[in-house]
Amino acid sequence: MDLILSAIDILMRWDVALALLAGSVGGVLIGAIPGVGPAVAIAILLPATFSMDPIVGLTVLLGIYGSSMYGGSIPAILINTPGTAVNALTTYDGYPMTARGEPRRALSLAYSSSFFGGIFSVICLILFAPVLAKIAPMFGSREIFMAALLGLILVVVAHRGQALIAGTLACFGIFLQTIGLEPVKYTQRYTFGQDFLGGGINLIVVVLGLFAISQAFVLLTDEDEKVRMTRLRGGMFQGLRELARHPRVAGVSATFGVLMGMIPGVGEFTAQFMSYTYAQKTSKRPQDFGNGSSEGLIAAETANNAVPAAAMVPLLALGIPGEALTAMMLSVFYVHNVVPGPGLFQNDMDFVVALYLALLVLNILVLAFLLFATKSLIQVVRIPNRFLGVCILTLSFVGVYSLRNSATDCVMAAAFGILGYILKRLSLPSVPIILGMVLGGIMEVKLRAAMARVKEPFDFIDRPVAFILFCIIIIVLAVHILRVLKDRKELKEAEWQTNSASTSFGSLMWRRRNSFLKDHGKKVRARHSKLLRRLTDLF
Amino acid sequence: MPSERERRFAGPRRGQLVFALAVVGAALLLLVLITEQTAWVKKTKLFAQPRFWPAVAIGGMVMLGGLHLYKLPWRRVSRYDLWEVKRWGQVLEFAGWFMGYVLLVPIIGYLPVTLVFVPLLSWRMGYRSPFMLWTSAAFAVVVVVVFKTFLSVKIPGALIYEYLPGPLRSFFILYL
Repeated sequence: MDLILSAIDILMRWDVALALLAGSVGGVLIGAIPGVGPAVAIAILLPATFSMDPIVGLTVLLGIYGSSMYGGSIPAILINTPGTAVNALTTYDGYPMTARGEPRRALSLAYSSSFFGGIFSVICLILFAPVLAKIAPMFGSREIFMAALLGLILVVVAHRGQALIAGTLACFGIFLQTIGLEPVKYTQRYTFGQDFLGGGINLIVVVLGLFAISQAFVLLTDEDEKVRMTRLRGGMFQGLRELARHPRVAGVSATFGVLMGMIPGVGEFTAQFMSYTYAQKTSKRPQDFGNGSSEGLIAAETANNAVPAAAMVPLLALGIPGEALTAMMLSVFYVHNVVPGPGLFQNDMDFVVALYLALLVLNILVLAFLLFATKSLIQVVRIPNRFLGVCILTLSFVGVYSLRNSATDCVMAAAFGILGYILKRLSLPSVPIILGMVLGGIMEVKLRAAMARVKEPFDFIDRPVAFILFCIIIIVLAVHILRVLKDRKELKEAEWQTNSASTSFGSLMWRRRNSFLKDHGKKVRARHSKLLRRLTDLF
Repeated sequence: MPSERERRFAGPRRGQLVFALAVVGAALLLLVLITEQTAWVKKTKLFAQPRFWPAVAIGGMVMLGGLHLYKLPWRRVSRYDLWEVKRWGQVLEFAGWFMGYVLLVPIIGYLPVTLVFVPLLSWRMGYRSPFMLWTSAAFAVVVVVVFKTFLSVKIPGALIYEYLPGPLRSFFILYL
């Protein structure tokens, strides 16, 4: 109780209240505009938050992160275009509801589910915080190295069908982080004798290029879309009542959101996928899923909103961000010399709880704002795409230039913008680059520190947490390899149009040998050679 | 007709081969330069060597990028790949707009350049109506006021502000 009171004390400031309001309203607006998204907004605002107190800056960024998904459901439901990437699943059931004349029901259900997911995860994590505070000190250098490695592997294998190129891009991120003056032996690495590379490549420059400037380029080179908006009439409160009729789906989805959010590199998509599959399998009307099912909408929206609070756990407890948005937030901590990790949980627990309470208040603010302001808010969907591109390019300048007033940074950001544009055109992920940069830096420092105390290779995993993490890494890799082999087998079966015979090389050779040795095989070959002779005789 | 392997590929075909070739080429180039661009310090453990992590990263890029290239279902650069590369080139124009904006701000000032840049780029994008041009000008003013005046982000005063009379000069340098 004392902890919560001291956390409330931290939050009782006018600038925090203003940050909460700006973050919640701004996040909803950003989420509601298709083509912007929280990553772009956070990247642009990041340097502006450096001059604020850590709690104020983080509240703004958390506000945008937490509330953008609320806003993202508006275009997903009304015009079948997800406002943020994680609202893609909302279109499956939200838009069919709109098509059959129930947009108000779909929206209010989405808001209520998001609210439930957000509140559930915050309460879970506040209750769970003392346990985390006990577990966090068990993480030394080698455990943090293992956890960072696990996060990186999970990010790579999560890109199904693109794991190789995702891995390449993660390695590229690690390489970017190594450029510059190396801090232990003071040697230059890949600076090519250029002074501007001596200080290394700034994470925010890369983030702004890959997320904000590249998105501006995408919008500027695209056509404007014509939006046909549905009119909304009546109140928005019926969703709360409807949500109460599906407590099981909402509870399980929120739990999936919390669990998946806590695992670095997994995030919203996996949580949504698992919740949606669970809801469909246990539903009395599974045929409605994808055609405007209220349970489907609840599963998708509850799961994705439960993730932001949970995603802060690896960041705060271990200093390991699980995805791009928390990776950006990490730089706010570094700027203020607040080092997230076990120490933060032990010494500044009230700060951690204050952040969670801020998220709690934020969810309430967002719900209240949306219940009353949706009708006016939906107009933002009408902003033309290319004009949005102009706006993002203008705002990106503030983000990059205000860092060090360096034109070189801007050139680098523009170059990363072009790279991000190419990646978007090719449907390749840019998140592994960011996580490679952040986690690569952590891994380098922690491995060096850990190896100083390790004499034999097995000493690295002789502590329980390190051993468990090592086992998880092996399991993840084994599961991925099995999945790749299964995909390969399915591909061969589809190519050969048979699934009765094994497609492995050994079996193929075995069948070929039998065909050569058996009488039937000899007869078939004799027939074929006879036919071939007849054919060649013709010429 | 696309083969089964092509159908199952995640993402569009255009440009994939060119991109994969470029990545592997760049990674190989970096690998060749590793002895020149990183140091090997004597009497230091492998994991503490300055060359260790660049080697891990570039080695990973070469290996995984090479495997990605090998696994691609296409072996020839088609005309669609070349069209895609031309499309990538189109964004250079907007990168140029951005760099022009960056280079002019320290000389002419944040507010004046933004006030010209946003409506001009809107005009270039085909928004010719007075409503859109006024909206873009209003957006420019709002951006400058919010970021420089209220949030005090670090954008230096312009060279031409030096020619303004005393109090106006410091006001412009500090807030606009």
